[in-house]
Amino acid sequence: MKALHNFLEKNVKPTFEEGGKFEKLWPVYDGFETFLFVPGKTASSGAHIRDGIDLKRTMNTVIMALIPALLFGMWNVGYQHYIALGMDATFMQEFLFGAIKVLPMVVVSYGVGLGVEFLFCVVKGHQINEGYLVTGMLIPLIMPVDLPLWMLGLSAAFAVVIGKEVFGGTGMNIFNPALIARAFAFFAYPAYMSGDSVWINTSVSEGQSVVDGFSGATILGELATTGSTSYSAMQAFIGTIPGSVGETSVIMILIGAGLLIFTGIGSWRIMLSALAGGAAMGLIFNAVAPYAITEVQQQFMAVPFWEQLIVGGFAFGIVFMATDPVTGARTNTGKWIYGFLIGFLAIMIRVFNPAYPEGVMLAILFMNTMAPLVDHYVLQANIKRRQKRTLKTAEG
Amino acid sequence: MQELINIFVKAVFVENMIFAYFLGMCSYLAVSKKVSTGVGLGLAVIFVLGITVPANYLLDNYVLSEGALAWLSPEFADVDLSFLSFILFIAIIASMVQLVEMTVEKFAPALYNSLGIFLPLIAVNCAILGGSLFMQERNYANIAEASVFGLGSGVGWFLAIVAIAAIREKIQYSNVPGPLRGLGITFIVTGLMGIAFMSFMGIKL
Repeated sequence: MKALHNFLEKNVKPTFEEGGKFEKLWPVYDGFETFLFVPGKTASSGAHIRDGIDLKRTMNTVIMALIPALLFGMWNVGYQHYIALGMDATFMQEFLFGAIKVLPMVVVSYGVGLGVEFLFCVVKGHQINEGYLVTGMLIPLIMPVDLPLWMLGLSAAFAVVIGKEVFGGTGMNIFNPALIARAFAFFAYPAYMSGDSVWINTSVSEGQSVVDGFSGATILGELATTGSTSYSAMQAFIGTIPGSVGETSVIMILIGAGLLIFTGIGSWRIMLSALAGGAAMGLIFNAVAPYAITEVQQQFMAVPFWEQLIVGGFAFGIVFMATDPVTGARTNTGKWIYGFLIGFLAIMIRVFNPAYPEGVMLAILFMNTMAPLVDHYVLQANIKRRQKRTLKTAEG
Repeated sequence: MQELINIFVKAVFVENMIFAYFLGMCSYLAVSKKVSTGVGLGLAVIFVLGITVPANYLLDNYVLSEGALAWLSPEFADVDLSFLSFILFIAIIASMVQLVEMTVEKFAPALYNSLGIFLPLIAVNCAILGGSLFMQERNYANIAEASVFGLGSGVGWFLAIVAIAAIREKIQYSNVPGPLRGLGITFIVTGLMGIAFMSFMGIKL
């Protein structure tokens, strides 16, 4: 590393600095240099906290937390594929098949997103921010495996430009860019984002065929149409079920959640309160299930509340998307309210709205719009309380 | 009762005046710089919609629509005054807005000043007239349904303006590209909020 550093300092850096050949591309160079080495500069005046953790380390931690879900997702893509074809396959075969399907998604997401981001930074002349590192990993994980790559790229570009850059870049956006990408794809290409045929890759080559009676629906899809599911709760917990690439395995997501909570990067308040909100809505549904109008809805509502929490994208959403420190609520009280409403709304939308069996994405987007308001009122309440206290002590 | 709740939820979330129909955008964009003024105008809109929709419902059902005057005398049974509905709806709305304006001026002068011209302009706010026209078009069965619809539309509009005001207070500190500052970014945020509100589309209680 030392040799590389010296080489960069001596030979590469000057060409990018002011007066150098590639002066305009300085943000690009700077982005890579600070990615490799901790910057040597520190703030020189005013109060500041010295800490080894900066934005890049934060983002890297989140990516590490995502790796288990990603690896499991790759294997699961292959596993579901070979089940659909009714073939026996070894673990390695399944993993390799999934990797061939998933890695291009990751590459396209990073390529397009970072490309757009670099372009903006060079034109605007500001530093490259690291925000896209996590977004670029999240986008392929929340898409169905059969989504055409150009749609994925288009969604990523939309998310970076409209979801982030128009607000001024990382840390200033209102909506989670990864969710914007998913919502964009969902509303622009509904046929590729929902339904029964997108969650499992069923491409067949010579001599292969899909087994009889194969459905390919997700658990939520089955519940919304028939009221019952053919998968057990244990399968949903381990994650051997159809779904978006990264969302299926609750175990792997819990590992990631543990890392996020342990390092203090993800807010445990939001995760816990979202869990509580989801459970509360699930319990309400269980209680009122006998009064539902249609039989399908009756059965959907009667699903035990803890099962609601492990199926679909609920776990993935509340661990990796709701805890986004930029778009979520920022006050501690606000975080409780914000998380609770996400869980509450997610389960509600998923049961009530037959058009969107997956409510988590929209619940988080909805709460993203409401988070500044929640914060505003938490602050106002705090101001009022302190004013009262000051007056009291002044009088007494 | 269930029907009333259904109408209310639908008016607030599913058929939100701002995010589903993009009605009443002018005051929504102009008065949403601060949460406190947004709350003031939002409450005024709730009040005006809550009063004018049922008032116009009565007007429509007992005076204007075809055969509505039959209660007066059987010979009016084939009179159809519905061509007057635009003008009379506006008249009722304008008088209600006058009422609100006088109340606000008397009891909350600070709010009155910060709302400025946009308070009297509620009279020509398309969300208000839109509320009455939707009421006419959807043929609500009784006055209770019409008032709940009016209140619900108002609450939906209130929610929208308060949410955007909080967001605008927050993005004041964002480094928005120059040409987009102010209205441009507000339009973009409104569009994105519309996507978030689409989560409720199709919900049936």
